[in-house]
Amino acid sequence: MHTSPPVTVGPPRPSPVPPAAPAAPALPSQALAAFKDSIGAGLGFVTVGLAFGALVTQSGLEWWWAGLSAALAFGGSFEFLLIGLVTAVAPLATIGVSAFMVNVRHVFYALSFPLHRIPGRVSKTYSTFALCDEAYALAAGEQARAWTGRRIVCLQLFLHLYWVGSAVAGALLGSLIPERVTGLDFALTALFAVLAVDAVRDLRGDLPTPVLALLSALAARLLFPGEMLLAAFALFTAGLLARHFAAGRKAGSATTGGTGASAAHASTAHAADAYGTRPSGTSPGGMGPDGTDLGRQPGLAGGDRSGGSPSRA
Amino acid sequence: MPDTRYAIAAILVTAAVTWGLRALPFAALTPLRASKTVQYLSARVPAGVMIILLVYCLRDIPLGHTGSLAPLIALAVTVGLHIWRRNVLLSILCGTAVHVVLASTVFAA
Repeated sequence: MHTSPPVTVGPPRPSPVPPAAPAAPALPSQALAAFKDSIGAGLGFVTVGLAFGALVTQSGLEWWWAGLSAALAFGGSFEFLLIGLVTAVAPLATIGVSAFMVNVRHVFYALSFPLHRIPGRVSKTYSTFALCDEAYALAAGEQARAWTGRRIVCLQLFLHLYWVGSAVAGALLGSLIPERVTGLDFALTALFAVLAVDAVRDLRGDLPTPVLALLSALAARLLFPGEMLLAAFALFTAGLLARHFAAGRKAGSATTGGTGASAAHASTAHAADAYGTRPSGTSPGGMGPDGTDLGRQPGLAGGDRSGGSPSRA
Repeated sequence: MPDTRYAIAAILVTAAVTWGLRALPFAALTPLRASKTVQYLSARVPAGVMIILLVYCLRDIPLGHTGSLAPLIALAVTVGLHIWRRNVLLSILCGTAVHVVLASTVFAA
């Protein structure tokens, strides 16, 4: 987490950091912006949440169970699976392992979710708690580069409220939906389809990545149907790494390919980057503000540590 | 009908595992942010994750069976509409509506 005191960078930066945004914009305007951001995903949440709640009571569980699950677990896809596990009275260890398998993808979200922009310990803690797929997809996407931390937390809170509210409503009203009306659960599929289209668009023509993801998913479905999500993420990550290191070698860097380049780079940049700043020029535009509040305040107590960077090397 | 305490414990176990998976990697991965490899991954993982989750949602459709037509048609509507209009709300609403109508009438089991 980004709670440590910032450190300065050893070598001087070519140009001073542009002054950070004046003062934090007022909370109401941030909340309003977050509400607008949340409407699209919110529709998916409400539809899927209603379906989830209805399924809970149809499965013989109490209505409040839907609300409790929505509030505490807050992970849509696994909550659907949890209904089946609980009605089958699966051992708690099985539930824990299954939750791990389905939700292990969240490990990857720490790579690019802008937690360092979230102000304050309580907000940071809540932000990690409410880091669902959709919150990640919205806050890590291109359009969110200029969002403040408060706006992101408000967005997460709205999504959380939609999910809990619609789960409870679905559980209470579920019996009113005629039995022959089916297929509402497609809202979840549609939500991921929309997020995938947007994410692929953000790749700007990097076609091998979506193809690799698709092949990983299909291979995992065929070869490891019981652990499809975990297998697909593992195959996809392994494929990306192989491609990255192959490209690094082709580019003619030292024997170790990509790692060689990054190790050389890290000797100067590591001290600052450990706190969330990124080497200029390697990240897409807009990333600068990410780290400014944390990593680029010169002259604070941590300076001696960064000064040690050359001696460490 | 499962016991109430068990049903609550199941939620608590799920919540603990899920939160752990969401929060702990920030502590573990923060020092790695400078790595070129991690940056390379973080630029590409979001799109891949969404595609994998999408396939996961569709994993049980019976291919080669008329039952697979409703989700596939609805998916085509959702994606086509989203590429065309770029409106999240519209795409999800229309895609879901198409699916509900098809699955409840034409392709009802």
